Amino acid sequence: MAQTAVVDADTGLSHQELARRHGLTAAGRLPSLLEYSRHLWSYRHFIAAFANAKVTASLGSTRLGVVWQVLTPLINAGVYYVIFGLLIKTGSGRIENFVAYLCAGVFIFGFTQSVVQAGAQAITGNMGLIRALHFPRASLPIAIALVEVRNMVASIVVLLSIMLLTGEPLTFQWLMIFPVLLLQIIFNAGLALFVSRLGAKVHDIRQLIPYIMRIWMYGSAILYPVSFFAERVHGWQLAVVEANPLLIFIELTRHSLMEGITLAGPPGRLWIEAVIWTLLVGIGGYVYFWRGEKGYGRG
Amino acid sequence: MADNERVPTVIADNAHIIYRIHGSAAPGSNTPLASFKRILTRTKQASIREVHAVKGVSFVAYKGEAIGLIGSNGSGKSTLLRAVAGLLPVERGGAIYAAGQPSLLGVNAALMNDLSGERNVELGCLAMGMSPAEVKAKTPDIIDFSGINERGDFSSLPMRTYSSGMSARLRFSIAAAKKHDVLLIDEALATGDAKFRKRSEQRVRDLRKEAGTVFLVSHSEQSIRDTCERCIWLESGVIRADGPTDDVMKEYETYVNK
Repeated sequence: MAQTAVVDADTGLSHQELARRHGLTAAGRLPSLLEYSRHLWSYRHFIAAFANAKVTASLGSTRLGVVWQVLTPLINAGVYYVIFGLLIKTGSGRIENFVAYLCAGVFIFGFTQSVVQAGAQAITGNMGLIRALHFPRASLPIAIALVEVRNMVASIVVLLSIMLLTGEPLTFQWLMIFPVLLLQIIFNAGLALFVSRLGAKVHDIRQLIPYIMRIWMYGSAILYPVSFFAERVHGWQLAVVEANPLLIFIELTRHSLMEGITLAGPPGRLWIEAVIWTLLVGIGGYVYFWRGEKGYGRG
Repeated sequence: MADNERVPTVIADNAHIIYRIHGSAAPGSNTPLASFKRILTRTKQASIREVHAVKGVSFVAYKGEAIGLIGSNGSGKSTLLRAVAGLLPVERGGAIYAAGQPSLLGVNAALMNDLSGERNVELGCLAMGMSPAEVKAKTPDIIDFSGINERGDFSSLPMRTYSSGMSARLRFSIAAAKKHDVLLIDEALATGDAKFRKRSEQRVRDLRKEAGTVFLVSHSEQSIRDTCERCIWLESGVIRADGPTDDVMKEYETYVNK
């Protein structure tokens, strides 16, 4: 068969035109937000497997293993109760069931606190995985948030038992805890995404996080009744202090589980504020993380 | 009539890659006074140094090619691979284009040491984008290929108990389990004993046949001659030669033996 010499149709094209002609994309380009989200959704099995792997790795070498998921919140609440409930008595005269009041605050805050602390290391602690394989990096902070959800479930079970043991009645209002926790999960995921990119860019943030969380805790009416605010602060300062998202989540939890306590504001307003904060931090954190997607492998 | 349409899979167009290193300042430039002065006069942070690793590299790689990257230490080979994989940015003015998502198959791939080999296989495969059904189907093959179970059931032990050769072999087997459009291999074939090396070179040849492109960085001349028919010689970030392996190797040898 005769061989005809065919001139390569691509000769004479610049590299850029050649790339466009054959549909090649620039390496390391940022996908659109929708593309990225779809890609992330297709990786949901990896996110679940990674979260499971993290939990196994963290508890694997301890003797008590899974029991620690329940013991840790119990000991935490116990220490705070002894100091603030029995010794200093910050709740005396204002809150009857100060144990339950305090524990609700400690556990809800603890959920966000552990997500933020683990989230700051989500990127920097997994450099090997990031540099080796291509996957949407948002999988890592979201997996970390999922790990903390497991711990949170254990602590909520402990919280519900404390509520029953201290005499709070079991009402249908208790079902409201589910939407509150769901909102907090989304809020925490957004926060984890935000903190992980920040921690990857500026390593110093990791040093600051324990102190930021400490100050945040002091401002969230956990160790003292929320009426302290209205007594000491007025006007726009009161509004700022009461706009604290964690205070709102804690108040909603107390509202659903406890009877006869004064809240920071009417429950309707609290719900609206909770939803607004969740959307703001959830979507804002996700977009902030997505915009940094190209740079995570650099370290 | 022979169809000569060659499909390019990777195009590098005047690519410059610069490393920026933080925190290695000259003594005396980190005092509060010096920092304040820098803020006022708006000069760049003195503690960032730049290393110009790849200087204006251009080439076109086609489907079905296996290209070896050779050069002395520090010539920019691994840097170029990382940029093709999209892990390092290319400076403005140039670009690297690739079909799909090139996968980097480095020896530095780290999975979780506290997990068993089997769970790491599952994790790695899911991270590469396989579906759970695919993962279940491929896991026995991957473990067989890596040979970690040859001396007993190591796949259920945590990876921190493996020897370095076993970990490297398992990592390679995981990454080689998926079909890649563009595969970038950074000295991964040098690990393992001769038996494994033969198997992995065969696997690389199979991956090539599945109509992809393979880039191989290696110091082992034998690996490159066995696997690649085209070779690019990179020296200090600049391409010195780009052509059939035998010719480029000859030039490289004269340079090295000078």
